[in-house]
Amino acid sequence: MHSGGIWGFILRRTLLGLLVLAVVSVLVFAATQALPGDPARAILGRSATPDSLAALRAKLHLDQPVLQQYWNWVTGLLHGDLGNSLANQEPVSTYLKPLIINSGFLVLLSGIISIPLAIAIGVWAAVRRDKAFDVGSSLITLLLAALPEFVVGVVLVVLFATVVVQWLPAVTQVPPGGRPWDDMTGMVLPVATLVIAVTPYVARIMRASMIEVLESDYVEMARLKGLRENTVILRHALPNALGPTFQVIAINLAYLAGGVIVVEYVFNFPGIGGALVGGVSNRDLPVVQALAMLVATVYVVLNLIADIATILVTPRMRTTL
Amino acid sequence: MSVVSDVAITPEPESVTATRRSGSVLRDALKLWRTRIGLVLVVVLVAIASFGPYVAPHSPTAFVGPPFSSPSANARLGADYLGQDVLSRFLWGGRGILAMAALATAFGLVFGSLVGLLAAYSRNWLDDVLMRAMDVILAFPQIMLALVAIATVGPKAWLIVLAVGLTTLPRVARVTRGAAQPIVERDFVGAAEALGVPRYRILGRELLPNIMSPLMVELSLRLTYSIGLIAGLAFLGFATSTNGPNWGTMINQNRIAIQAQPWGVIMPVLAIALLTVGTGLVGDGISRAAAGIERGRPSE
Repeated sequence: MHSGGIWGFILRRTLLGLLVLAVVSVLVFAATQALPGDPARAILGRSATPDSLAALRAKLHLDQPVLQQYWNWVTGLLHGDLGNSLANQEPVSTYLKPLIINSGFLVLLSGIISIPLAIAIGVWAAVRRDKAFDVGSSLITLLLAALPEFVVGVVLVVLFATVVVQWLPAVTQVPPGGRPWDDMTGMVLPVATLVIAVTPYVARIMRASMIEVLESDYVEMARLKGLRENTVILRHALPNALGPTFQVIAINLAYLAGGVIVVEYVFNFPGIGGALVGGVSNRDLPVVQALAMLVATVYVVLNLIADIATILVTPRMRTTL
Repeated sequence: MSVVSDVAITPEPESVTATRRSGSVLRDALKLWRTRIGLVLVVVLVAIASFGPYVAPHSPTAFVGPPFSSPSANARLGADYLGQDVLSRFLWGGRGILAMAALATAFGLVFGSLVGLLAAYSRNWLDDVLMRAMDVILAFPQIMLALVAIATVGPKAWLIVLAVGLTTLPRVARVTRGAAQPIVERDFVGAAEALGVPRYRILGRELLPNIMSPLMVELSLRLTYSIGLIAGLAFLGFATSTNGPNWGTMINQNRIAIQAQPWGVIMPVLAIALLTVGTGLVGDGISRAAAGIERGRPSE
C-alpha cells in the first residue's frame, strides 16, 4: 500500500479531486468554444453592426487568444466573478446567489430526511432479513428506484395537489423578495419527491452492507460474548456497515444536486434548476457554465468527504493505510 | 479454521458468478416472478411504442376539438393543449424516446465495457489514466452533462444520444473493470497469453464471456436510467422537436390543465413509469439469478 498514513491519503485524494475539477473546467470552457456563431452576435441579434460587434467582443474579451480567455474565466471563477448573464446582463453571481441558497435548502432538507430514513430502513431490513418488512421494503424500494424523479413529482402532484385531493400547492409559490421556507406547505411536495427519489437507493446499499457485516466473525463473536442484540447491532455492526454507505450518501447528495434540476422544474421552485433550464433554452452560457462548475465541485467535494469519512469510521481500514 | 482450508471449501462467490454462463443465468432469472412481470411490462410498452403509430386513430398533429376538451367519441382520451388527440399522441409518443434510449444505452455499454476490460487487463498506467478519465465524466450528474451539451449545440437527437451514452459509459466501465479484475488473475488468461493469443482476442474471447452476467444487469439498469433521462429532457422542453409527439413533452405541455383534462398527463406518466419499472424488475431478476442468492443490486 501507499505510505504516508491518513494525512497522506487525505492529501492524495484532495489533489486528485482538484485535478478532476481542473479537467472539468477545461471541458466546460471548451463547450463555449464549440458554440456555433459567437456570443456577441447572439446578444446583439439583428441590430448588430460591425462596430458594435467589435466593441462587444472586446468587452467580453472574445478578441483574445483562447488560452487567455480560459485563464480569465478560471481566475474569475476563483474570485467569485462568474461574468455577466447574456440574457439579462446582470452579474451571474448576483443572479444565482439567492437561487443557490434556495436549492441548497431544498437539498439539505431532503438529505436530512432521507439519509436517516434510508439507514433505518436498510438496517431494519437486514436485521429482519427475509421477514415481511424486508421483502416488502425491498420490493417497494426496487419499484421506486426505477422511477425517474419527474415522474414521481408529477404523480405526487396528481395525487395530492390536483386530480385526487388538493391538500398541497402544486407549485412552490414565492412572492418577490420572499424565500421558499416562508411558506413550508410549498416545500412538502418537492422535498417528498427528492426523498422518494433518493431513499430507495441508499436503503438498498445499507441493507446489503449491513447483511455482510451481520454475517461476519466479529459480530458472531460479540453475540457469543453474550452481548444484547441491540448492543451488537448498534455498537458492533452498524459502525462497520456505515462505511460503504457513506460513499452512497455522498453520491446521493450529489445526485440530489442534479435531481433538483428536474424536480424544481416540476414545482416551479425558484432555484438553480429553473435557472439552468432557462440558461440552456436561452443559450445563456455564463449561467450554464457557472452551474455546471458548481454542481461538479459539490460532487467532487462530497466524494472526497465520503472517501475520508469511510476511512475514519471503518476501524479495519484505518490500519491498512 | 485455517485460511487455506477455508478457501478450498468455500469458493469465492465472485468466481462462481463469473464462470456461470449467461444463458443459464437468464433461464434462472425467468423463473423469478419479478423478471416475468418486468418482461411483460417491457414487452407491452415496447409494443405500444413501436406499433402505436400504426393503430393511432388520428395524426398526432391533427386537431380534434377545443384545447383540453374532455374525452368524446372522436377523441377517446380528450384533446391536449392545442386541441390534438391525446390517444394518438400517446401512441406516437414512445417511439423516439425508446429508440434514443436504446441507442444511448448500447453506446454506453459497448464503449464502457471496452474501457473497463482494457483497464482491468492492462494493470498498469493505462488502467489509472482510463479510470481517472472516467472520474471526470462522473463529476457531472448525468442530466447536467446533457444540458451543457444542449446549451451548446441545441436539442439534436444525435447529441442527446451521445451525451446520455457518454455519461453511461464510465458507470459501465467501473462495473466491468470490477468484474473483470479477478478474472484477469485466473490461469486461463495467463495460458492464453503464453500461447501468444492477441490482446483483442483475450479481451473478447476469454474475459468478455465471463462478465456477461454483470453486463446484462448493467444493460437493464442503464436502459432504465436512459429512458428516464431522455424522457426527462423532453419534459424540461429539450425534445428534438417542440410539438413532436413525445411522452416527456406531453406531460409538460398538458400539466397546466391537469385538473380539467388529466389524461394528457396521466397516460404518458403511466407509460414511462411502467416501462422503467419493467426494465428495473428485469434487471433485479437477472442480478438475483446471477448472484444465486437473495441480494440487492451489486453496485450503482
